[in-house]
Amino acid sequence: MARMKFLCDADRCIECNACVTACKNENEVPWGINRRRVVTINDGKPGERSISVACMHCSDAPCIAVCPVDTIYNTEEGIVLHSKDLCIGCGYCFYSCPFGAPQFPQVGNFGTRGKMDKCTFCAGGPENNNSDVEFKKYGRNRMAEGKLPLCAEMCSTKALLAGDGDVVSNIYRERVVMRGFGAGAWGWGRAYQGQGS
Amino acid sequence: MLRRILRLPSPGGFSGLIVFALAAALFLGLGPVGLQAQQGGNVPGAAPGYNYEFWRAVRNGVQGNVSIPDKKAGVLVQSEGDNWRAVRNGPVSVIGGWALLGIIILLALFFLLRGRIRIDRGRGKRKITRFNALERGAHWLTAVSFLVLAFSGLNILYGRYVLKPLLGPELFASLSLLGKYLHIYLSFAFMTGLVLIFILWVKDNFPNRHDLEWIAEGGGLFTKGSHPPARKFNFGQKIIFWAVVLGGISISLSGLSLMFPFELPMFAKTFAVLNMLGLSLPSELSPVVEMQLAQIWHAIVALILIVIMIAHIYIGSIGMEGAFDAMGSGEVDENWAKEHHSVWVSEMKKKGAAKMKKAPAE
Repeated sequence: MARMKFLCDADRCIECNACVTACKNENEVPWGINRRRVVTINDGKPGERSISVACMHCSDAPCIAVCPVDTIYNTEEGIVLHSKDLCIGCGYCFYSCPFGAPQFPQVGNFGTRGKMDKCTFCAGGPENNNSDVEFKKYGRNRMAEGKLPLCAEMCSTKALLAGDGDVVSNIYRERVVMRGFGAGAWGWGRAYQGQGS
Repeated sequence: MLRRILRLPSPGGFSGLIVFALAAALFLGLGPVGLQAQQGGNVPGAAPGYNYEFWRAVRNGVQGNVSIPDKKAGVLVQSEGDNWRAVRNGPVSVIGGWALLGIIILLALFFLLRGRIRIDRGRGKRKITRFNALERGAHWLTAVSFLVLAFSGLNILYGRYVLKPLLGPELFASLSLLGKYLHIYLSFAFMTGLVLIFILWVKDNFPNRHDLEWIAEGGGLFTKGSHPPARKFNFGQKIIFWAVVLGGISISLSGLSLMFPFELPMFAKTFAVLNMLGLSLPSELSPVVEMQLAQIWHAIVALILIVIMIAHIYIGSIGMEGAFDAMGSGEVDENWAKEHHSVWVSEMKKKGAAKMKKAPAE
């Protein structure tokens, strides 16, 4: 079974935010939630770099380790999904996540957190594939349709790659060899620790 | 359950109270995990043109720009989360679990060896008013809310290992959600009770000379017939009082910090004050580290308070004959009062305020 991964080529990302928009539109993400974001470091200065980041679907996912109700789980393809039925909105996944992926709409009294929302690698949730319920809670299940996440599919410079980790890393390796430089697969050491390919 | 906990990385063994030191030290960013970010993976990590300094800064949580309203999202990586996870799932869970088990075993042993502490002279004919309705109300407001807070809090730490296998994931999650709401709302009852008991009892809880005698005799806990003198509260009760007041204030503050995420950061300011005393703690903390510290501190103080309260509940119920009446009806047996609070009884008599009542006819 392929191990799904994201890779953002920091030498290619031009901070167009198309991935952010594509994600919001495709998954009808609630107001105030950004499953994907583009971070620009040294903005407007020499050496500026942008990186598109969302849930990296870690191998040893910290969110899974700390969730008090075991609502987050790994699929066979290494995608980290969660059940909004079980989530109690405690916020622990956010405290543990290195990439700031989990987010919470404020719905309760005193602004208590609602159900956690995060990138699903366009793979929906535990409900039946492509059901209405699944779409409302988690957005599109493109994986079940045989498609990859829309953020990467729409990336204008192909900076953001998504899919089978081996294929993605081969594309990137060829790229680095061809052009002779590369910032490395950002976040991979942290998220995948060399495992799960 | 333990296997699951122990499997996780533990940063420094499980010995005793170093948790506090660990929690502080680990959050300085000294943790081992964040440094390996660019190693591993199946792609070239350091091709020509690779800027080590730049990517090291990113790994260490440098703040970039984002075009979304949440500017906190400008941090690409926060590695402190790994330390928080290691401390929470490691020492806090493990030591906390042993402490809870330990106090129960200790009390069971005490009960087996010492038995129930009886009123030596037997029950007397008269009763003395020890706590009026307001005092008892304040006590039970704090006590009942504390119990709900304690159980719902323990559920967050241990429920997935203990309750989930029994109830199944759905029922367990619903119960935990209910627990979360109770935890949030009843915290205000707890804080109200805390303020009340502080106002009502602080005057009786300052140390005095009788405390030395009490300590010397071990509170009379370990010797039959030993009854060191005490005023309204003996030294043991004073410890409970100050643990509840100080621990309660601390846990309330960290709880409020957790309840209003990112709005009430307190640790950077606390560290700044501690630094004036010669410590060198970080006085600038990112919002998420503030939340992590608040959660860890909240859990540690809660576990300590729960352990203390288990002992308090024991001695106030099955551990000692006549003790429960003080908080039950508020009327205690005169012989019990003379044995455990001799100075207080004579003070009440002197003032003429001792409302002696005849016990109801059998």
